[in-house]
Amino acid sequence: MLEKLRLVWESLPLLLQGAIVTLELTVSLLLVGLVLGVLVALGQVYGPRPLAMLMSAYERFFRAMPILVLLIVVNFGLAFVANTYQWDWLRLPTFAVAVLVFGLHSSAYQSQIFRGAIQAIKPGQLLAARALGMTRLQAIRYITLPQALRLAIPGWSNEYSGVLKDTSFAFAIGVTELARQGWQIATRTREMFLIFITVALIYLVLTYLGTWLLELVERRVSVPGLAGQRREEHGRVI
Amino acid sequence: MAVSSNIVVRIEDLHKRYGNEEVLKGVSFTVRQGEALAIIGPSGTGKSTLLRCINRLTEPDRGRIWLEDTEITSPQTDINAIRQQIGFVFQDFNLFAHLTALDNVRLGLLKVKRLSKREATERAMQELARVGLAEHAEKYPAQLSGGQQQRVSIARALAMDPKLMLFDEPTSALDPELIGEVLQVMQDLAEEGMTMVVVTHEMGFARSVCDEVIFMEKGVIVEQGPPQQVFVNPKQPRTRQFLGKISELYGGT
Ligand SMILES: Nc1ncnc2c1ncn2[C@@H]1O[C@H](COP(=O)(O)OP(=O)(O)O)[C@@H](O)[C@H]1O
Ligand SMILES: [Mg+2]
Repeated sequence: MLEKLRLVWESLPLLLQGAIVTLELTVSLLLVGLVLGVLVALGQVYGPRPLAMLMSAYERFFRAMPILVLLIVVNFGLAFVANTYQWDWLRLPTFAVAVLVFGLHSSAYQSQIFRGAIQAIKPGQLLAARALGMTRLQAIRYITLPQALRLAIPGWSNEYSGVLKDTSFAFAIGVTELARQGWQIATRTREMFLIFITVALIYLVLTYLGTWLLELVERRVSVPGLAGQRREEHGRVI
Repeated sequence: MAVSSNIVVRIEDLHKRYGNEEVLKGVSFTVRQGEALAIIGPSGTGKSTLLRCINRLTEPDRGRIWLEDTEITSPQTDINAIRQQIGFVFQDFNLFAHLTALDNVRLGLLKVKRLSKREATERAMQELARVGLAEHAEKYPAQLSGGQQQRVSIARALAMDPKLMLFDEPTSALDPELIGEVLQVMQDLAEEGMTMVVVTHEMGFARSVCDEVIFMEKGVIVEQGPPQQVFVNPKQPRTRQFLGKISELYGGT
């Protein structure tokens, strides 16, 4: 028993290294997905009809693709093109490929979160902003975004815990994140169960920490009458 | 209420259609500097559409509108520059939900007028004081009553130093006991000589505060004149009918 605990203890540095890669990957892909997702959502809500349709097609495409398939196709596709045309700049590190693919995939889901948030804002506020002489972009920047980003935090927190787990698929293209570290240690030590229990616990802690942090942010930026108080308001009613 | 002969707004033959429904069927009138004009009429008549055409929140189909010497409806006009000069007060306030009363009033000063933060704050506080809300500057819209929210929205419009104020049923969304405080602010404005166009069902206000009344129905002006004439001695039978119905609904005026 003690021996097993020692094995876990000795594996921890490598596992934590993997956990850091997992976190880096998660944060980077969420940021890529955030920027793209907000743009897609803005296009869907405020864009002219053809743009809105294009954005919806984009969203549907990435939501239809299994992440593992997408990872492999893009990774080997890029390598193939790079080799064929001798484009060295296209030889991306697998980490970057993973950020790109996960980011695109997540942007489709995030765009749904932001679309809901944007649509929850009363359009009268935009009318008021335009009536003051603001441009469309100013109205979006100063009225839509600050409210939509606040409203999106709970959904975003969901997306965080979802993609955190998905990043284990990066294993398939050789990114040494938490699951792959675990796999390497487990095959070397033949302690599959023990190591993966440890890996599972680390995922649990990461999920918990992340959602806790986002809840702090949510409370920090909450505004009376807008997101953040709503749970308590609902609680009071029912 | 000194009404000068300078014309602030001129509207000529304004038309607007939504699908098959012609909402404005050739509306023309002028508003002189310092004048308070009330527009009354049944709902669905095109009153809101008319107001929104004046600052082109709605694009008119035909007709021309001038603000002083600038043609608002000309394609060459920078509409954002025009809108800064026209205050708009909405029926349901439309305050920015994520901003305090102060920031609601300050935003246009900072981002549209590009005042420094100090100047903007000073000006915004002045306007909040003018509508009696200086001590509520740090509250969010959700923490204010409807009447207070509407006064903030009036302060937000006034802060831009408008040449003209448009009010679209500013008290229709309010509980009866909150209507008075908003009408009082508007009356003070009219007495200070602000040029204003007010769409309203408050006949008492139209009658005692406004210099001119337009009765509109089904996209046309049915009758126009000073309140004494329109309310006491309407020329058109339709005006008489409408006023009768209104006093039944809202009590005597
Ligand atoms: N954006 C719009 N799209 C289609 N129809 C509209 C729109 N805005 C107003 N209308 C229609 O135009 C008519 C006049 O509306 P409105 O100007 O709001 O009247 P009022 O303010 O006098 O009640 C109504 O029949 C309304 O349904
Ligand atoms: Mg209306």
